[in-house]
Amino acid sequence: MQIFRPRANTVFKVSAFGVLYVVALLVWSLAILDRSNYTRRVNEPIAQPIPYSHELHAGSLGMDCRYCHTAVEDSAFANVPPLETCMACHNEVKANSLLIQPLKEAAQTGKAFEWTRVHDLPDFVYFNHSIHVNKGVGCSTCHGPIDKMPTVWRVKDLTMGWCLDCHRAPENYLRPREEVFNMEWQPPAEQVALGRQLMQKYNVPSGRLVLTHCNICHR
Amino acid sequence: MTTKTHKEHLDLAAIRARLAEGNGQTFWRSLEELAGTKDFQEFLHREFPQGASEWEDGVSRRNFLKLMGASLALAGLNACTRQPAEKIVPYNVPPPIEEVVPGRPLFFATAMPLGGFATGLLVESHLGRPTKVEGNPNHSASLGGTDIFAQAAILTLYDPDRSTGTTTAVEANWKAFLTAVNPQIAAQRATQGAGLRILTETVTSPTLAKQIEQLLTTFPQAKWVQYEPVNRDAVRAGAEMVFGQAVATHYQLAEADVILSLDADFLVSGPGNVRYARDFANRRRVREEAKEMNRLYVVENTPSLTGGAADHRLPLRASQIESFARALAKALGIPDETNPPLTPEVTKWLNAVANDLKNHEGKSLIIAGEYQSPAVHALAHLLNQKLGNIGKTVVYTAPIEAKATNQSKDLRDLSNEMASGKVEALFILGGNPAFDAPTDLKFTQALPSVPFSVHLSLYRNETSELCKWTLPEAHFLEAWGDARAYDGTASIIQPLIAPLHAGKTAHEVLALLLGRSDQTSYDVVREYWQNNLTGNFEAAWQKALQDGFFEGTKAEEKGFAAQIKSVPASPSINAGAGNLEVAFRPDPTIWDGRFANNGWLQELPKPLTKLTWDNAVLVSPATAERFKLQRGTVVDLSYLGKTVSGPVWIMPGHAEDCVTLCLGYGRTKAGSVGSNLGFNPYTLRTADAPWIGLGLDLVKTNQDFQLVTTQEHRNMEGRNHVRVGSLAEFIKDPESTKHSEHSGGAEGEGHGNLSLYERFPYEEQKYAWGMTIDLNSCIGCNACTIACQAENNISIVGKAQVANGREMHWIRIDTYYEGGLDNPNTYQQPVACMHCELAPCETVCPVEATVHDDAGLNQMIYNRCVGTRYCSNNCPYKVRRFNFLQFADETTPSLKLARNPNVTVRTRGIMEKCTYCVQRINAARIEAKKQGRDLQDGEIVTACEAVCPTQAIVFGNINDPKSRVAKLKAEPHNYGLLEEINVVPRTSYLARLKNLNPALAPEEKAPEHGEHG
Repeated sequence: MQIFRPRANTVFKVSAFGVLYVVALLVWSLAILDRSNYTRRVNEPIAQPIPYSHELHAGSLGMDCRYCHTAVEDSAFANVPPLETCMACHNEVKANSLLIQPLKEAAQTGKAFEWTRVHDLPDFVYFNHSIHVNKGVGCSTCHGPIDKMPTVWRVKDLTMGWCLDCHRAPENYLRPREEVFNMEWQPPAEQVALGRQLMQKYNVPSGRLVLTHCNICHR
Repeated sequence: MTTKTHKEHLDLAAIRARLAEGNGQTFWRSLEELAGTKDFQEFLHREFPQGASEWEDGVSRRNFLKLMGASLALAGLNACTRQPAEKIVPYNVPPPIEEVVPGRPLFFATAMPLGGFATGLLVESHLGRPTKVEGNPNHSASLGGTDIFAQAAILTLYDPDRSTGTTTAVEANWKAFLTAVNPQIAAQRATQGAGLRILTETVTSPTLAKQIEQLLTTFPQAKWVQYEPVNRDAVRAGAEMVFGQAVATHYQLAEADVILSLDADFLVSGPGNVRYARDFANRRRVREEAKEMNRLYVVENTPSLTGGAADHRLPLRASQIESFARALAKALGIPDETNPPLTPEVTKWLNAVANDLKNHEGKSLIIAGEYQSPAVHALAHLLNQKLGNIGKTVVYTAPIEAKATNQSKDLRDLSNEMASGKVEALFILGGNPAFDAPTDLKFTQALPSVPFSVHLSLYRNETSELCKWTLPEAHFLEAWGDARAYDGTASIIQPLIAPLHAGKTAHEVLALLLGRSDQTSYDVVREYWQNNLTGNFEAAWQKALQDGFFEGTKAEEKGFAAQIKSVPASPSINAGAGNLEVAFRPDPTIWDGRFANNGWLQELPKPLTKLTWDNAVLVSPATAERFKLQRGTVVDLSYLGKTVSGPVWIMPGHAEDCVTLCLGYGRTKAGSVGSNLGFNPYTLRTADAPWIGLGLDLVKTNQDFQLVTTQEHRNMEGRNHVRVGSLAEFIKDPESTKHSEHSGGAEGEGHGNLSLYERFPYEEQKYAWGMTIDLNSCIGCNACTIACQAENNISIVGKAQVANGREMHWIRIDTYYEGGLDNPNTYQQPVACMHCELAPCETVCPVEATVHDDAGLNQMIYNRCVGTRYCSNNCPYKVRRFNFLQFADETTPSLKLARNPNVTVRTRGIMEKCTYCVQRINAARIEAKKQGRDLQDGEIVTACEAVCPTQAIVFGNINDPKSRVAKLKAEPHNYGLLEEINVVPRTSYLARLKNLNPALAPEEKAPEHGEHG
């Protein structure tokens, strides 16, 4: 008795390739999903315990980034200001606003106040703000128009490929040091020429040689 | 206790015969290697022995595959889940120190007391969390280096076993204690403190001494007793014998040309050892331009690192060392009534040493060991005076201890008083006397009968169990205090963090007894110095906090006249019925037992034996042959009516007819790490014979115990990796170490730039990182291994995993022996990743998880690694470490605080290895780049280089001809390990040189070497 009819061959061939195809599709879609703006939380405003607005403080009021992020030029971490910095103004300004009550309460009681991190790199990546800021990488290059964000969101996906875009060719992104904190700065038409000139001036090594070594970020 | 069923027997006689033939290899690492046992062969041919790669948790292969499949699927899914939200918690009010910048560490000066004596430290703090200990370069006892104990202090601080409950419970306990203690104080006040006793460890702290003095004024009948098991009673008694009073002796090793150690392990233990090691090594840095070095003779019972560093070493039973000292005294013209019997070989050795000492009057030095009898110390004083060394290599000062007492006698009196019911209130401030008091004092038996007993302790240990009250003690990194260094410098102990478990200090308990319960230890310490400093106090105090010590508090050099001309015969000590001798020693890594719960120290291979997690009965090969003992044979040791059982370790170079027992093991209440490991030699130890006992009886049992050693792991197949020469040869021909018979015949020649791969032009780069390790300075103290562990978040794996060859230390110290079994030469060689320019590991990695950067670093990228272990397989130096299991504890909250935030914590399945401390390189490079300048030599200091007491390790830029490392690499005795295989290692070694006394140089070598200078 014949169990498998001749057409079973066809079924087998199709399903064998079918399985391969399905697996490949699955892997490919996982990879796409992993890099997707959804997974990377790009363009998704991150809720904070109080509706602190960069749009208001950095935008309308025109406060400098470094008023709060004091360590950005000296340290790996750009630091979130101590509550004392907030209360320095808010003891007077909008002191009774309901919106800042949680902050005020924490400042008075000494309770911990937890912000939610927006730009969160994996623990095996060591990013240093100070060296980037000192070599002419502007805030807005990575963080986008913070001064237009009522609640901050990521504008970049923070993948390694994205980091390498600049590490391989810094000339495409560098700006003069004095423009680093300028949120309005736009790259000029001759950016590459400017970038090359700045790389020389700031002693930035040619990316291909030095800046792409693994130990630059991983250790 | 794990028992090994199958065990190969070593034929020591055959090994001896083979060594005597002299046609075997020059260097060997263990008896097992010489015998070529099966176990050893396995370690040799498979870097990880059989079974090390398998998962042995009783899970079948089938289940394993199922789990693997499931975890793979999960891992795939994991990639598309979104990152969990992380919180940022800012300061509410920033600390008053302006320099606190999140992301930048701060360093605070403090000091670590051990045995009462302080070593100055600088402790790295990340936002208020101490993570790494460094030496204080300006502190006289440190000069920038530290020992292993200071490095491991971080782990003790964060030890979860220290916790005795919630902070609330501890505070409630303290309140209850206050209620209970006040009636006691009142009652004692009524009797002038007749029933009040204070038991402390050795006190050098001026503040604590002042408080105790006040206490004894308030309670005139009260008594203060100091006791610690590793005390300096013999040192004090020896000085009293000669000078009629206690005198502190310091050594100026920088001035000494010829040094004789009488059983003194002065390079790695005892007050001032870190400083002594530096001074000693400074006189051994032989360079082409400076071909001079000191000469060290060591007479010792138990092979030690100081013995290993010696130019000539003589093994002698501990009890015979006094005879040796007497004979030496006689030879140098000090009358001696006793006529000690010495063998002709010993006499020949002695005469050669005596002549050498005589020829170096005023530039010689005799150091007596703390574990020797008072008579040996007295003889050393007389000899140093006779040789005109006083004021030159030997300096006398008043005692550094607040009160130098006979600790054993005082503890005996206290025990008797406790037993007779005289003691009503006993305050034990630190220490663990119920575990470590001499067994004949019956302290432990008397303790429960004390009506009101209080133990202030880091852990709830054996003593706490027997006391009515336990008070959690603040660790020295959590507390204010002070202590004196070996030379008397008053060092300040300042806290890096508030007490994690609401601990108290001895200062606070004493303040309470003095009716000042409101005082914190900060108040007490500050008040003392306010009363004892002249001039502007605030300025002086701030300066002391910055420096770590009070300037000008070093003890003054004093002259003391010897009151005796000769040393009378020592009283005979109580001997047992057996025919062996026993020597007690503090354990090299867990000391007297206080560090038993510190996993870093437990897993640190002990010098020479490379044992981990255990102590052993050390015997010489000859004694082992006589009793037919093998490694791991369990023996019963009986001595004065007490018996203890332990496994044997055959120790080449050990004195014959003597066993050495390391104290500190056999703890029952140490904590989850340190309890029930090893056996407890304290049960044999008596107050009269704390270090040397006579008449021990050894009975072999038919049991075996698995001792775990790393000595046979990561062996490099019998090639000669240490190069050794003599100073005389080096003076004649600086290239001599390259072609001596010790170099393994490799001639030190690589094969030029031959390579199948295109060579990267490293010499054209600005930086090329490299390292040199000077084997002539290295004493093998292990500080680098543990500093690396602290700096790089290296996990411990436990005894069972060490047995599988899975230990994780990035830098290991290889010990090599040369010569016969009875007195081999010993060499130490630290080995870490060599950062080969043509790295064999890189070419075999299928995922490029290990690659080079332009400065020559062999980078290890954890997030790329998939765990094939090909790299480790292809590494000629066996320096790569694999996380076979999840070794890093990622759950215990307190251990998270201990980690270096700048180094990734590795998970299971990841390869890791020395990175040349790339986090430190990056930090320095970023700073330099921000300032727009080049990196300077010495700006990057690796963790191993920073801690090294002898500065044997130098790191720097080999492309800069002016850097220290480039200059060292140009020295004629610089060589690369296995450089003949052309991997171009970036780490190189300076050969070990011996400054041999021609009168003692091995005879067969004489014609080849010609005359010695």
